[in-house]
Amino acid sequence: MKARTKFLVGSGIIVATLCLLAYVGFTQSKTYYHTISELPTLQAAALHQRMRVSGNVRAGSISHRDGGVDFVLEEQNKTLPVRYVGRDPLPDTFKDGAQALVEGNLTGDGSFQAEQVQAKCASKYQASPTGAAGAAQPGQTMNAAGTANKS
Amino acid sequence: MDIFGSFALLLALLAAVYAFIGGIAGIVTRRASLTKSARNAGMAVFGLVTLAVASLEYFFFTDNFSMAYVAEHSNHALPLFYKFAALWSGQEGSLLFWSWLLSIYAFSALFLNRKKSPELMPFVGVILAGVQTFFLILNNFVATPFAVLASANSSGVFHLARLSEGNGLNPLLQYPEMVIHPPMLYLGYTGFTIPFAFGLAALLGRYPGEKWIHITRRWTMVAWCFQSIGIMLGAHWAYAVLGWGGYWSWDPVENASLLPWITGTAFLHSVMMQEKRGMMKVWNIWLVFVTFMLSILGTLLTRSGVISSVHAFAQSGIGTWFVSFLGIILAVCFWAWWQNRDYLRSDNQLDSLVSRESSFLFNNLVLLAACFAVLWGTLFPVLSEWFTRSKISVGPPFFNKVNVPIALFLLLLTGVGPLLAWRKTSFDALRRNFAWPLAGGVISGAIAFASGFREVYALICLILSVFVALTIFAEFFRGARVIAARDHTNILSAVGDLTMRNTRRYGGYVVHFGMVLVFIGIAGSAFNKDVQMDMAPGQSLAIGPYTILCQNFDQVANDNYQSERATLEVFRNGHSEMMLYPQRRFYLSSQVTETMVAVQSSALRDLYVVYAGRNPDTQKPVIHAYLNPLVKWIWFGGIVVVLGTILAMLPNRRAALVLKPVRDPAWVGGGAAAAPSGVAIPRVESHD
Repeated sequence: MKARTKFLVGSGIIVATLCLLAYVGFTQSKTYYHTISELPTLQAAALHQRMRVSGNVRAGSISHRDGGVDFVLEEQNKTLPVRYVGRDPLPDTFKDGAQALVEGNLTGDGSFQAEQVQAKCASKYQASPTGAAGAAQPGQTMNAAGTANKS
Repeated sequence: MDIFGSFALLLALLAAVYAFIGGIAGIVTRRASLTKSARNAGMAVFGLVTLAVASLEYFFFTDNFSMAYVAEHSNHALPLFYKFAALWSGQEGSLLFWSWLLSIYAFSALFLNRKKSPELMPFVGVILAGVQTFFLILNNFVATPFAVLASANSSGVFHLARLSEGNGLNPLLQYPEMVIHPPMLYLGYTGFTIPFAFGLAALLGRYPGEKWIHITRRWTMVAWCFQSIGIMLGAHWAYAVLGWGGYWSWDPVENASLLPWITGTAFLHSVMMQEKRGMMKVWNIWLVFVTFMLSILGTLLTRSGVISSVHAFAQSGIGTWFVSFLGIILAVCFWAWWQNRDYLRSDNQLDSLVSRESSFLFNNLVLLAACFAVLWGTLFPVLSEWFTRSKISVGPPFFNKVNVPIALFLLLLTGVGPLLAWRKTSFDALRRNFAWPLAGGVISGAIAFASGFREVYALICLILSVFVALTIFAEFFRGARVIAARDHTNILSAVGDLTMRNTRRYGGYVVHFGMVLVFIGIAGSAFNKDVQMDMAPGQSLAIGPYTILCQNFDQVANDNYQSERATLEVFRNGHSEMMLYPQRRFYLSSQVTETMVAVQSSALRDLYVVYAGRNPDTQKPVIHAYLNPLVKWIWFGGIVVVLGTILAMLPNRRAALVLKPVRDPAWVGGGAAAAPSGVAIPRVESHD
């Protein structure tokens, strides 16, 4: 066999093995993103997939109970009750009104069992000059105040 | 002053546009004066962007909170050190920083080569100016760092507004390494522009000879070195600051920094095929192109928030610009290659499967496979949304499944490849070079297995690491022994002498050795342990050989933050070994809480303790302790990799006298097979 052919055969074996490994890893770790409003429309098979759902934490909905934390996520007037069962303490950014991303599974009763919660503080850049409306300075090419008022 | 900064940026854009258009005109009309003025304009970009950067830094140092960018990323109480680093803490500033680093590179490349390669440099200048134009358009029109805060009064007239206090720097970035990590990574990303410019220029100008490949290789090593430092610092920062006990989580932005590093690594290896054997020319030029495109993609992923990530603080429409730019680059590269594909015809064929060539081919194959897998996994949420309308992400199991075997295979090649001869290696040579290292690897593997190690990958990694390390030592020893015998010096100074005579080769070995150390450190993660517990003063937890006793909880405060602190005493075998003080800091100006990890690091293991917050039910503090074996080897290996790269970039010292023929039978004879170990002493390579 020519060296070139041998090399091609070797490469083929390597690539095939890697593809197989990639496929196994993919099926083990794939996670679907869904919005809260999408959840009721999912097919039965899709309900058991591991998924990530994002929304805002409804003010006053966080309650700690033994072994878990219950809260409600909301997005465009749709709500989703969530129970966090993970082991790590919740992030500090997780508070009323925060943007949260939960990862886990739907349970039979339509609530969500989360193993991981990530949260982004909703109001990081609230400071803004009194009465600032936002406009460009002559000679400036860009909108100015918008950057500081971002929330 | 804001006018000054934005004016400097605008002039920089004009200069870059002139360097681009004037440069093309110079090439087309063959007028030397035009080419020269275009080059000068290209170099002037550096000065102008420097002025803009200086102006923005001035606003940070003077706490000018009428500047939107300063108000958003700084405050009075911020230490000076971080006020300086705040420049690259947000979107607009880091893009300005990108442009500035690129202008430094471009200036250096144009200046250092101003009297060389007159057929190549005009093309290089045009390409660099093109890339600079793109980033300066972003700086000027899409994400200007010189926006001012203004507000309208009742009659609709705008006047400047000034905040009394800024928002402060993101506390995650208030860590000494964060001052160095982004510049290093950006120096890597931007650095790949230079090899791209030389590669594309050589192709477009059909530059005769292989000289451009030496220049390209050098600059790739510079960028690769910075990229390595940046990745290592990023991993270390994640480990020391984020407080989840690990250093790599396959986060999109981490992946983005890895991609050009992988293809850059592939190029640094396969380029030798072109230098020595005139093979793989098409492959090499595309590796250069792809590396550059991946560094632009990396900037896009970091800056656009296309994929959600801990780093993707930037959500903006800037992605469209980058995607369009990538499209243009791809089109230009494809066109240039298609037009000049006959220029890249290969001179030789693969002779044998057991040869240096073949080891490089396999090295490139699996590096590219790793790159593809990482890219695929990173972009999967975007791709799946496009094609199937459901957004699917893949997690660490995907990346680990594919990349761990690849990494181990690469480790094997690291040991085998450099000792194989070009064209064909005889069985005798194989036995001579590999018998002892292989025996050493297998023996250490057997000892580990006998003492209870059962993790398959960690075991393979150990065997290969010992094998590779021994092949490297043997290489140094074989060469140094000859020098020592001839010069009657001791073996250590002979090693130094040997290394300096062929820095590229022996520097390469040092890099390989550093990678071995990194691999050992990563393999240690197979034995990680962690324990989490609610602790009151007087309680203790046990992890590995340690017992952690909680002594006290107290509070510390200063202008910048308030902190809750745990005082923990660590015992081992009944003896008090150390005190650890994990903290949780609440930063006053940004109203953000951050974890300050306490780490006790030794060569064998890290004890890594996190104050994880209070248990909401019991109000007791939660302590999370991790025992991570061998982590220090990763950081140390990283330093060795960087030192090796620097060594490989140094010029060779010429041998002062003509050498006597060598008579050591151990490595003379066997013809070509002995070449890798034998002929190293006289200076055989004459690049650069």
